[in-house]
Amino acid sequence: MEHYNMNLTVKVWRQKNSRAQGNFESYSVKNISSEMSFLEMIDVLNEELIVEGKEPIAFDHDCREGICGQCSMYINGKPHGPWQANTTCQLHMRAFKDGDTIVVEPWRSAAFPVIKDLMVDRSAFDRIVQAGGFVSVNTGNAVDGNSIPINKDAADASFAAAMCIGCGACVAACKNSSAMLFLSAKVAHLALLPQGDPERKTRVMNMVAQMDKEGFGACTNTGACEATCPKEISISNIARLNHEYLRAGLTAEK
Amino acid sequence: MGLTGISLVLFLIVHAGINACVFADLVDPEENGAMFNKAAHFMGSTVLIRITEIGLFAGIILHIVQGLLLTAENKKRRTVGYAVAYTAGSKWYSRSMGLLGTLILLFLILHLYHFWASARFTGRGLEPVTYNGVEMHNMFGLMKATFSEWWVVIVYALGCISLYYHLAHGFQSAFKTLGVHNKRYNAMLSSLGYGFSAVITIVFILMPLSFVMGWVG
Repeated sequence: MEHYNMNLTVKVWRQKNSRAQGNFESYSVKNISSEMSFLEMIDVLNEELIVEGKEPIAFDHDCREGICGQCSMYINGKPHGPWQANTTCQLHMRAFKDGDTIVVEPWRSAAFPVIKDLMVDRSAFDRIVQAGGFVSVNTGNAVDGNSIPINKDAADASFAAAMCIGCGACVAACKNSSAMLFLSAKVAHLALLPQGDPERKTRVMNMVAQMDKEGFGACTNTGACEATCPKEISISNIARLNHEYLRAGLTAEK
Repeated sequence: MGLTGISLVLFLIVHAGINACVFADLVDPEENGAMFNKAAHFMGSTVLIRITEIGLFAGIILHIVQGLLLTAENKKRRTVGYAVAYTAGSKWYSRSMGLLGTLILLFLILHLYHFWASARFTGRGLEPVTYNGVEMHNMFGLMKATFSEWWVVIVYALGCISLYYHLAHGFQSAFKTLGVHNKRYNAMLSSLGYGFSAVITIVFILMPLSFVMGWVG
């Protein structure tokens, strides 16, 4: 692909802290290479802001390889920007052309309060996982993994659900700020495996209860989550979650 | 939402089926709504069906209450909105179920006033008609009179189009809520949902249209 440089206007949400009123600030960035990643473009902008003695834009990032789920920008009306099945860090500037105006917002959800600028507090996800997104294992000699027979289709479906990196794009995309795609991926990936089976019922009940407590909205099956998910988690996991929940609700011992 | 929705879908099938009796006029010009009037009389005078009617109203009210609560709760979950809305990932009608439901409710109030209130309570515009010695309401005549005005036909058509989009999302969504995640069934339910929505809408729109155009009656 041909390399080119571009000048852009970047409209970024700036907010001092969780209590402050935020507002959009426009910045012009010059000579941005089409080979740069989106976060590198923000890095360049931040370098300039620091030189000018201004506060740099705060944003979450870690691996910059599309696997950690830390980057979380809502770019031009879509979580993680215009490309499909992609994280913000893997979005490259060739997605834009010279003269473009790019609007960058934080994830918007009452359950994800803004910490600063584009950083939001996603610890609600951690608490949902703590409520049941695990398997309890006895200590002692490790059991040979291959000694447990697992249906290949179930293993594949479980792995597809386990691809979820917990970035929160599903919540950001959903008109109801529902966390059902995230939760369904976490529940499905364990429910499909024999290792997850013993805690299957309590897991789904506890995790759903925690999700409700965190203040996420209810799912209305619009499909926006699936369309924006960088890991292409299928919305059929949500129906699976509903099935798991119904089954647990009807048959749980307590 | 899903359970009450499916119960209302079942009602729509019965409603469309009974009302389709007006089209008996197309094959027999002497008919003059006899089949429909008899069917309506059966529906109105059978105790079991009257009891089911209470269930139907409970279902509608529950569906409305659930919808209002769900919309109000979900609205609270995003206190600061986006400057640029994300619309590409979902269908407009999937995002507008509350609005479509409200339009259907407004239409339903007019519709209940036209026919249900008249047959049950007020008797507005109803003539008696006798078949085999049994006197019953001439509901066919009431339909003919009601649908003689174009504005009524247009309001009914708009109500039915709102119903189409409401069902286009609601039908398949209901089964997902109930936990159907078999890929083949989901594909089937998706096609069935669109097909059902289209057939119901077309059958319902054809009724007022047939009267105003003079195809029946």
